[in-house]
Amino acid sequence: MTSSQLRRTFSLLRARTGNGQTWTRSLFMDSGSSSSGLVLQSQSTDVYQNLALEDWIDAHVDLQQRSILLLWRNGPAVVIGRHQNPWTECSLSAMRRLGIPLARRRSGGGTVYHDLGNLNMTFFASRKAYDRQRNLKVVTEALRRLRPELDVRATDRFDILLNGRYKISGTASRLSRRSSYHHCTLLHSADRSALSAVLRHSCPGIQSNATPSIPSPVTNLVDHAPSLEWEELLGALVQQYTREFDLRPASTAVDPSNESSFPGVGSLAAELRSWEWTFGKTPKFSIKTELELMDEQLDAHCSAHLHMEVKNGQVGSCRLDVPADWLPLQLSSQLSDVLVGERFCPHRAAAAVTELLRSESGQPHTRLHNLCEAVLAVIG
Amino acid sequence: MLAVTRGSFRVFRLLLSQQYRRRCLRPQSVRPIRTLQNFKWDRSLQTFSSRTLHTAVAWRGPIVQFKLSDIGEGIMEVTVKEWYVKEGDKVSQFDSICEVQSDKASVTITSRYDGVIKKLYYDVDAIAFVGKPLVDIETESSSELIQEEDVVETPAMAREEHTHQEIKGHKTQATPAVRRLAMENNIKLSEVVGTGKDGRILKEDILNFLAKQTGAILPPTPPFQEIQTPGPAPTPATTASAAMSTSTPGAVRPPPKTPRPVFTGKDITEPIKGFHKAMVKTMSAALKIPHFGYCDEVDLSRLVVLRSEIRSVTEARGVKLSYMPFFIKAASLSLLHFPILNAAVDEGCQNITYKASHNIGLAMDTSQGLLVPNVKNVQLLSVFEIAQELNRLQALGAAGQLGTAELSGGTFTLSNIGSIGGTYAKPVILPPEVAIGALGKIQVLPRFGADGQVVRAHIMKVSWSADHRIIDGATMCRFSNLWREYLENPACMVLDLK
Repeated sequence: MTSSQLRRTFSLLRARTGNGQTWTRSLFMDSGSSSSGLVLQSQSTDVYQNLALEDWIDAHVDLQQRSILLLWRNGPAVVIGRHQNPWTECSLSAMRRLGIPLARRRSGGGTVYHDLGNLNMTFFASRKAYDRQRNLKVVTEALRRLRPELDVRATDRFDILLNGRYKISGTASRLSRRSSYHHCTLLHSADRSALSAVLRHSCPGIQSNATPSIPSPVTNLVDHAPSLEWEELLGALVQQYTREFDLRPASTAVDPSNESSFPGVGSLAAELRSWEWTFGKTPKFSIKTELELMDEQLDAHCSAHLHMEVKNGQVGSCRLDVPADWLPLQLSSQLSDVLVGERFCPHRAAAAVTELLRSESGQPHTRLHNLCEAVLAVIG
Repeated sequence: MLAVTRGSFRVFRLLLSQQYRRRCLRPQSVRPIRTLQNFKWDRSLQTFSSRTLHTAVAWRGPIVQFKLSDIGEGIMEVTVKEWYVKEGDKVSQFDSICEVQSDKASVTITSRYDGVIKKLYYDVDAIAFVGKPLVDIETESSSELIQEEDVVETPAMAREEHTHQEIKGHKTQATPAVRRLAMENNIKLSEVVGTGKDGRILKEDILNFLAKQTGAILPPTPPFQEIQTPGPAPTPATTASAAMSTSTPGAVRPPPKTPRPVFTGKDITEPIKGFHKAMVKTMSAALKIPHFGYCDEVDLSRLVVLRSEIRSVTEARGVKLSYMPFFIKAASLSLLHFPILNAAVDEGCQNITYKASHNIGLAMDTSQGLLVPNVKNVQLLSVFEIAQELNRLQALGAAGQLGTAELSGGTFTLSNIGSIGGTYAKPVILPPEVAIGALGKIQVLPRFGADGQVVRAHIMKVSWSADHRIIDGATMCRFSNLWREYLENPACMVLDLK
């Protein structure tokens, strides 16, 4: 590094201890040369904070003159694309059991499982400079330099395949009026068993036009190159990035929870955590399924039909066709009634149906309870 | 002024319209003047006077076909995923119109023009083509920025003001929803400080502006002026805080700091749905039960001492200990002596079922509303185990994750309304149960001790309600006395603990 580069890095580091805001200003507005880029590493492993940081950079930083690479990773989380349906993409009950949160990102694409063994890279650029293949070339070239024996190639669907078969990276991007960002994952050492436990559907019988994910066999880099360390991988990627874009390296650690450095990032994260964003933004869908009902005391069975329309994550309409000799029509229609207008969530529905059950007793109560359980199982 | 016949009206109207077009200032609202059609032309022209000169004849501006611009990377078609506008909405430049997706890229399309959306070319999930029209926007008749004359502020003028949204050539940016909110409240956007990107005005800015000037924003109509003058009767909270109020400072007690509903000036009617609908049914059924109430007060001084002594022990075990586990356990011990209070009756009150398990419900205030999860089989649990279970239920309640297992099967309920406030209450029995207790807050009050001296006592009021069809006052009274004794002398509880 030349002395001027050293001086600049040190001044950045010194400035960081002062007012957070002036530091950010100097970081983003430092126009040492028009070809200066930035490499940022997030210190947070909270998926919502990191996604909020992406949004913040996209909204507040002038990307016409510079490009930015953001490196980040999260604790275990499932991240779905902007227009996807969480009930088809992941098993919400398994995630609840394992304590894995769900996040919806603003870019398109499919569902991914993140954990600390998965590296995320976001390439920020101006709208004109948006070029996904070039960004992926950074990754493939870096890996080629590190471990030349691995066959790593980007496909025309912007995935990166290892040995022609296993997917080690997926891509998604977001284009705004003047800026763009392209982010991709990279599986270094993720927990594959947790991945397969959560990436399966919650409810059967869903019909929707939401973007479907295309499942692919995946593998970790460490399964094929056991000696590859995390820090080594990061270093190689940063180096290749600066080489590809002819930039001067200036890597800085950033804290997405620092409100003074990134004013407004807290409210961006809060919006990403909200139910209205995560579930309420699901494109409308319908569920049509058969329910198996049984009465244990009389050892009797029956089949019922459920049809629900869900819009903005809330039940818009619900139709329950239960034979009238099994349960009085009035009760099954009351059940449909209380489900309408509630969020499509087993807990919200549980609260409503348990209230309904209070007014019944005896055989209608047992059968209604059984019906409620069957409906709640469908909701997941 | 003009002696015109009906026939020549059309020609005349055409001439006048062109004259207006040159003089009018970027009107955004279309105000077709129906009065042009009749003989009252002269009079109506005069009454409209200054107003018409500024807005009025917004004969349609050119309709622009906004084409889908190039996405990049040679992409020719995208899927429309979400519309942010609908036909008839007003948009400004840079407002988001829709979200499209192409090949893992999500793109926000923003408007290039100001105007009104006239037509959407695609439905959600349809394929849109690059270079083909996406929406039709009706722009204003003239595109250059026009200075607005200074106008006298009257309510009608204020309306026109909003539709222009321009002061001296400076454009105030705000989404259609924000503009509507401002217009409904007669706020000039030029007075609001925008905190969004590029000085854009956000909904929060309007609400902050409203909060600062609660009194001043209402239109100056006579009824309002009466409210403004300070009267002997207590003024409503909103006007009391108005800047113009001249009432003496101490006369009106400052309103409590509860989240105040923002005044938007309109009644809103919506159907009762979902969980609340189920509550309507439950509460209607509950009030068919003939309730009787019985209240008492409990001296918890000894319990307070006991709890402070063992709190450290429970916290070492990782459990927060409140007073509720004691109340619940005491109730269960008492129910063993009065099983009729832990019973259920059927619809027509024909049969009574004495429930074996004491599943004691706990009224919980959650974001969804009043939920009553219950602790199962309290007769088998120790105070510590009850505390653990309470912790678990509270965590689930806070996370909105209570399920049917927790919410159903209750046989008796306690409502700790005192944690929020209150002394005596009149709780409503939750069917199919037959009794319920509401606990007030614990207050430190003076009472006479054993030796006749005044001592500090921790007093809590309890209010029971029971189904008078099967439970009589004496039973309730004896149950309450036993419960009270366990709590006033926790040592007795130790004797009878199972």
